[in-house]
Amino acid sequence: MQEHLVFRFEVNGEDFTSAGQASVQVKKNLRQIGIDPETIRRVSIAMYEGEINMVIHAGGGIAEVGVYDEYIEIVLDDHGPGISDIDKAMQEGYSTASDNIRSLGFGAGMGLPNMKKNTDSLEIFSTVGVGTKIVMRVNYK
Amino acid sequence: MTVEQLIKAADLKPIALPHPERELDGAYIGDLLSWVMGRARENNAWITIMSNSNIIAVATLADVSCIILAEGVSPDGGVTETAMARGVNLLSSDKSAYEIAREISKLGL
Ligand SMILES: Nc1ncnc2c1ncn2[C@@H]1O[C@H](COP(=O)(O)OP(=O)(O)O)[C@@H](O)[C@H]1O
Ligand SMILES: [Mg+2]
Repeated sequence: MQEHLVFRFEVNGEDFTSAGQASVQVKKNLRQIGIDPETIRRVSIAMYEGEINMVIHAGGGIAEVGVYDEYIEIVLDDHGPGISDIDKAMQEGYSTASDNIRSLGFGAGMGLPNMKKNTDSLEIFSTVGVGTKIVMRVNYK
Repeated sequence: MTVEQLIKAADLKPIALPHPERELDGAYIGDLLSWVMGRARENNAWITIMSNSNIIAVATLADVSCIILAEGVSPDGGVTETAMARGVNLLSSDKSAYEIAREISKLGL
């Protein structure tokens, strides 16, 4: 079996001000290993939205980014409240974010749509009261 | 045009300028971070009134050439240092987002 590069991050759910650091680090790492800019851009957008969601909706979680031969895979795993209606959550503009979170510029309801738009596959596994796992793949350009 | 040239031409105030030589080729205006992430293009100037530290991560990931804080907004505590540390150009202006965009447009971008 071939070895693949996997980056793993614990995403802190307490600190809104430093949210996005895992995504920033992933971008740096992908640049260093020479991934094409368009792929990096799509991974950055999708992962940032997922990371922010773990912070603002789920109290943090684990992010893993795997670099494979054909694609980059982003796995986000949290033990937050879960998503009861995934179809609704996927709609542009739908958000349950509080006013406090909106005042920081989050909560536009465009996170999941941005994730969908910038990936080649997006799977959401969520159980209310248990947590949410999101698996996204971005194929190289 | 570079960010440094833009500062002079549009009379902007540099708050953090780690990369004055960065090229820019247009602008995006917005305060909702997901819109900026999804819509701002690489090498755009990003005009906003958002002043919290999350703008630095968004600017890094969207690869904009600079953030311009409009309406005389000043950055929240620690944001200037974060911008410097992360290599993000942070500028400000007393003008409105519309007026700043007009200045940029006048420069032929
Ligand atoms: N990891 C998550 N855990 C729990 N709920 C989530 C999670 N991610 C998204 N959601 C739900 O889906 C909604 C839509 O998400 P999104 O499109 O990113 O918009 P926003 O984050 O701006 O609210 C959120 O408001 C929230 O209710
Ligand atoms: Mg979101």
